Amino acid sequence: MRDGEARENRRPSDDPMRRPRAIHGRAPDVFRLGAWVPMRQFGEDEEVDFAIVGTGAGGGTLACKLAEAGFSVVAFDAGPYWRPLEDFASDETAQSKLYWTDERIVDGENPLQLGSNNSGKSVGGSTVHFAMVSLRFRPEWFKSRTLLGYGADWPLDWREMWTYYEEVEQALKIAGPITYPWGPKRPRYPYRAHELNAAAKVLARGAEALGISWTETPLATISAPRGASPPCVYRGFCTLGCSTNAKQSVLITWLPRALHAGAEIRDLAMVGQIETNGADRVTGVHYHRDCEWHFQRAKNVVVAGYAIETPRLLLMSATSRFPDGLANSSGLVGKNLMVQGNQAVWGIMDDEIRSYKGPPSLAITEHWNYEDKGKDFHGGYAYMSQGPLPVLWARTLAGSRGLWGEALLNEMQRYNHSVGLKVVSEYMPQERNRVTLTDEKDQYGLPIPRVTYSWCDNDKRMNRHALAFMRRALEAAGAREIWDQEDDTCHLNGTARMGFDPRTSVVDGDCRSWDIPNLWICDGSVFPTVGGVNPSLTIQAIACRTADRIKALAARGDLEVRSKDRQLV
Amino acid sequence: MRDLYPGYDVLAKRHTPSWNEQTREVIDRRLTIARSDHRFFTEEEWATLCAICERIVPQRAEKQGFVPVAALVDNKLHTDDREGYRDAHLPKMQEAWRRGIAALNDEAQARCGAPFHELAGAEQDELLSAAACGELKCAGWKGMPSDAFFHRRVLSDVVSAYYSHPTAWNEIGWGGPASPRGYVRMDFNRRDAWEAAEAYPGHEEQARQENLRAGR
Repeated sequence: MRDGEARENRRPSDDPMRRPRAIHGRAPDVFRLGAWVPMRQFGEDEEVDFAIVGTGAGGGTLACKLAEAGFSVVAFDAGPYWRPLEDFASDETAQSKLYWTDERIVDGENPLQLGSNNSGKSVGGSTVHFAMVSLRFRPEWFKSRTLLGYGADWPLDWREMWTYYEEVEQALKIAGPITYPWGPKRPRYPYRAHELNAAAKVLARGAEALGISWTETPLATISAPRGASPPCVYRGFCTLGCSTNAKQSVLITWLPRALHAGAEIRDLAMVGQIETNGADRVTGVHYHRDCEWHFQRAKNVVVAGYAIETPRLLLMSATSRFPDGLANSSGLVGKNLMVQGNQAVWGIMDDEIRSYKGPPSLAITEHWNYEDKGKDFHGGYAYMSQGPLPVLWARTLAGSRGLWGEALLNEMQRYNHSVGLKVVSEYMPQERNRVTLTDEKDQYGLPIPRVTYSWCDNDKRMNRHALAFMRRALEAAGAREIWDQEDDTCHLNGTARMGFDPRTSVVDGDCRSWDIPNLWICDGSVFPTVGGVNPSLTIQAIACRTADRIKALAARGDLEVRSKDRQLV
Repeated sequence: MRDLYPGYDVLAKRHTPSWNEQTREVIDRRLTIARSDHRFFTEEEWATLCAICERIVPQRAEKQGFVPVAALVDNKLHTDDREGYRDAHLPKMQEAWRRGIAALNDEAQARCGAPFHELAGAEQDELLSAAACGELKCAGWKGMPSDAFFHRRVLSDVVSAYYSHPTAWNEIGWGGPASPRGYVRMDFNRRDAWEAAEAYPGHEEQARQENLRAGR
């Protein structure tokens, strides 16, 4: 349970889950208890340059970059505006308050588990609870159809993305190795790599025994002081919110910059509809805040709600002129939902591992992302060391191994000797994997989404390959009683893919919708393929690139950001 | 289950740098939930829930401390604290529990002529195992698959409730809350002074002494 009562007993004026904090010209200072920073505010009748829906890796980053470029920006988030130092407990159950737990129906042959592992409801989005793994795509993935024979090409050039990756790595002061074993040369990571825990050393042992490379995982938690952030103290609660601010989430990196540059952030503000006019342009957003619906006028709207809420909002905004939802002339909005495989192998060591200490994924191998020989499937995968806390671990043993009764309690007593390896793997885009709307309504009166997911044969072959290989690695590292966790997935991408052609994609390479020139989508939804790495670094890099493209388009008059342009429409 | 970490009590760290104020607040709140507290379930449902919990996470009379697991599950349902997704075959969480408990009782009556909580442990296990395999299909389920109910609701909710409690943390030797102090020693077989010491055969007393120091 989430200790709902505990929250009720707090001062009602300062319960961030019930009352917005970013009001009266100020926003929470995320680095100081009870403190505030000034925030510019815009009137609802004021036509802002950009209304951004979502403040996670896509929306939060873009809000910062656009505000710094001089645009007027209001960014909306359905979640609360936390001050980590005062709002985050060291507790798995209480910290589920960070997750998007609004009802969603799941079906298909392999129904997804949503919420904890893939959906955040906070200012800062899922980066408030992400595992901080910050990886670059393999360059060939941006042209996977042409070069590797599967999926779809991206309308982005890897060399350009390489410069945006570097910008994000610097902005987050990623802690990583001096040299990275795979792919083209990249700069040294800004901060030194973290010390390895025992679970990470098990990964290293296994990789070395099998003759493949491994490295310290590049992580968005700092290994030395940075401004008001102290170095990571290895609490191990990373996926439940960092209570010390070592984690370089969007909440404590891009958003303070955004506020400083004049952006407004509206917390507890759920956008339910994008308004369009007779000229087929968007004119603003309807949003729910403080128990009522409001309307914010805007010259441009950016949807950045992640791969379920983004298509949901586009579908919910259907009009008689756009009966299938906005930006959906291709019929692809909501389709090609891609999660990533998150299968694992687990075993027992005689050594004490105590994997609860430190960030959960301190070591990684991307061997099977870069090696194409010896595969009976398209795509690739990375795997990392793991550090599940007790509730998650017990749910894993119960859910994936079917343990209960004495068998469960006894196995849980081997917690400190348990160790595992877990993949992030590249599932294929399939149109049948999709987000649609149901007739059921949520607390805002909005239709709740249905999320349909099934593996294709390629996905299943990759699952088998990864499980078999990781089993060998774990065995070689000295673990015994190894078992497979076959059912887990992570991350959400696709559902509004970018591409070269309005008939086969939703947005162009600038994240601009083909159908409505002042409607943009900037989050994991735009991924045409998903790659075998965690998506957050790529989402942030795309947001940085999109901001630069918007600046360039505006400079040459190709952006409807000024009122005189609007009158011409 | 063994007394693997003798003398270890994660609550002894309550006033050390491993616990901050907001952690004390949420754990204190959880600890006020007493074994018999229930607001969501009716008396009849409550008896069934307690029996289910006793099979999923059995607690022997002689063990140290007790996890009020049924009361924690009831609290979750009372506050309607959901997870963020719902199997298309299941109704909403509260309805799923009411329907599933009623159906389990119907099955118990049909098979053994008594309500679920009056059955012997082995009979209860048999019924729960049948539910886990999706074999229970009496009218009381109203189309809800018993395997989805067992895995998505019973196992998930009961197990999560049990391991949210400090007593369960002591049993498995977890360090518990760790903010702001965190940890220093990360290598194989290394342990900070504020972590639980495992009792290896013949060294139980040494472990106990070390565990008594964890809260200092």
